[in-house]
Amino acid sequence: MKKITKIGAVSALSLMIGATAAFAEDIKIAFIDPLSGPFASTGTNGLHQFEFAAEYMVNDKGGLLDGQMMEVVGFDNKISPKESLIQLQVAIDQGIRYIVQGNSSGVANALTEAIDKHNRRNPDSRVLFLNYAAVDPALTNDKCNFWHFRFDANADIKMDALTDVIAEQQDIKKVYIIGQDYSFGKAVSDAANSMLGEKRPDIEIVGDELHPIGKVKDFTPYARKVVSSGADAVITGNWGADMLGLGKSIIENGFEGPIYTYYAAGSGITAAFGESGKDRIRLISQGSINPIGSEEARELYNAFEAKYPDGNIDQSRIFNVIGMLSKAIEEAGTADDVVAVASALEGMEYDSMWGGKLFMRPQDHQLIQDMHVGVHTDENLDFDYDQSGFGIVNESTVEMASMDAPTTCEMKRP
Amino acid sequence: MDLILVNLIDGLVTGLLLFMLSAGLTLIFSMMGVLNFAHASFYMLGAYFAYQISLALGFWMGLLIAPLIVGVLGAGVERYGLRRVHQYGHVPELIFTFGLALLIEELVQFIWGKNQMPYDVPDILNFTAFAISGNSIPAYKIFMIFISVGIFIGLLLILTRTRVGMIIQAALSYPRTVEALGHNVPLIFMGVFGVGTALAGVAGVIAGPVLGTFPGMAFVLGSIVFVTIVIGGLGSLWGALVASLLIGWITTFAKSYNVEMETILNTIGLSTPENLDENIFRDFWALTSPQIADIIPYILMVLILIFRPQGLFGKRDS
Repeated sequence: MKKITKIGAVSALSLMIGATAAFAEDIKIAFIDPLSGPFASTGTNGLHQFEFAAEYMVNDKGGLLDGQMMEVVGFDNKISPKESLIQLQVAIDQGIRYIVQGNSSGVANALTEAIDKHNRRNPDSRVLFLNYAAVDPALTNDKCNFWHFRFDANADIKMDALTDVIAEQQDIKKVYIIGQDYSFGKAVSDAANSMLGEKRPDIEIVGDELHPIGKVKDFTPYARKVVSSGADAVITGNWGADMLGLGKSIIENGFEGPIYTYYAAGSGITAAFGESGKDRIRLISQGSINPIGSEEARELYNAFEAKYPDGNIDQSRIFNVIGMLSKAIEEAGTADDVVAVASALEGMEYDSMWGGKLFMRPQDHQLIQDMHVGVHTDENLDFDYDQSGFGIVNESTVEMASMDAPTTCEMKRP
Repeated sequence: MDLILVNLIDGLVTGLLLFMLSAGLTLIFSMMGVLNFAHASFYMLGAYFAYQISLALGFWMGLLIAPLIVGVLGAGVERYGLRRVHQYGHVPELIFTFGLALLIEELVQFIWGKNQMPYDVPDILNFTAFAISGNSIPAYKIFMIFISVGIFIGLLLILTRTRVGMIIQAALSYPRTVEALGHNVPLIFMGVFGVGTALAGVAGVIAGPVLGTFPGMAFVLGSIVFVTIVIGGLGSLWGALVASLLIGWITTFAKSYNVEMETILNTIGLSTPENLDENIFRDFWALTSPQIADIIPYILMVLILIFRPQGLFGKRDS
């Protein structure tokens, strides 16, 4: 009888311990991005990649620390800065410590300020801002703070790598720059002008134009100007319908050179360009999927395609965010003390499964990584986009792009 | 000089496309007095249906079948929707078509998703017809011109030379008399609504591959169609044609040449202020024509409404 009680007590105790391990507080990540409205497809696709990364890279391998699971919670900000601040407050009230966001630098600017303010006033519920896609250079310069980490390369770094590649093409003598009429389009134009002027002063900028964002019905008149300017190459930061409309129109109307872009892949764009964009569209990105960086990445991509047949891993940096955050949490030994986690992230070196090393520059929290310029094609593909048979194949790589680029960030540490 | 010719052709294509949309809208308006806010949504449906059909049966079957489906849908909307709402007056009718536009957009997103569709120009038309000093004119654009002109001539002949056209025109002015003569006026209305939406469908089928097939395509074109029929004169087919071409050419030329506001103001006799950087109108002086190209039709509409409220070709409405 006594023995049975003993066994019972022991088993109950062990059950309880098991239960506490299993029910240990999950590590929650708030994903604040558009999940409805015109940019919903970008946001939803990003959320899927985050959920999958947490599931596949962390939870399926037994979680972090003593078995804590990672959970990604979606918050719809309708791409509005105001709505984002409300969602941020909701997330903080739910006890979430990690905020991820990427679509629109306008939103990122609002969030980084709000989070800085919140963390100063509420040392008990501090949060970290992991920016996975907003590329306004100011976020890691004048507006930098200790709580913000950027995992994407900023617009200047991307243009630096892009112009490195353009500078090597001796047959490019004339370049046409065209973009959307808002801060990002202007940043791309400024960077292209100054960097090309530095690296290839002989290149003539034959056009530098901004068009209304999201309102142009027919890009033919712009395409005519590009063609008649005699440009050998076009540079554009356009995204979404503006990218497709512009690209299709300049190809159809007789332009024969390469088109250097930031966002001309995935989300239906690759499929819609199809054959017409072959060997014409060049794209700057981080993390190559063609050729795939590693066997680990290949397995992950296959598993992702099995789960989301219509989706693409077009933001491989999302997997870097989860990977580096997990490593930082393990190193810090806690997920609750975000100062410890942030300190672990600062200066972290990490081997990305997508190939290459990553380095979180401590001065400004800008991730330094390899940048790739790839070409739109249907040959030598490991993985295509949009199930179209077309994808981006890596052509040239700039290792640890802009490692020594100056920053104006003056970071105050807690 | 060559560029002017190229721009004339581009503007013609844009204008004729706009005409196909506004022709249906203006027909429906003149018949039934309904401003159909969902008109551009039928255009979008045309593109999506044609894309779906082209996957299985090719582009040409899409061109044939998609407008038919859109027309039948349109006729159904008139028969089971608008006709019931009609008795409550114009405002409920407007609101009904407005709601319909939102509904169609949501449905399209639900079925086809939010991404761009890979709806492409058919291979047989995917070549350069000719080039003018380096500017290629795609064969598909020539094809668009022929289709739209064909439709215009067809419509004009039906309306002015046939019995059906005669009855339609009579039903427009004297519905009671026409009804008393034994014609089924509600059926005529339904037919006209169907044909009008089918026209929008055709426009969608042939514009989809060029302007992109995505859930926002109706929204992008929605308002400019109304501007066109207001400028042309509500209910006038000729007016719709002239206004469409006018808008097509004006916007194309405005975008093709970077004319600065400063030049325009200087030529009309205003001199540039000395300290432009500190002037509050600095941004106004720095405007260029591509920036305002898409607003010009709206400015034109306002001017038309002020000086000739019935539009260029409209008859004065009592």
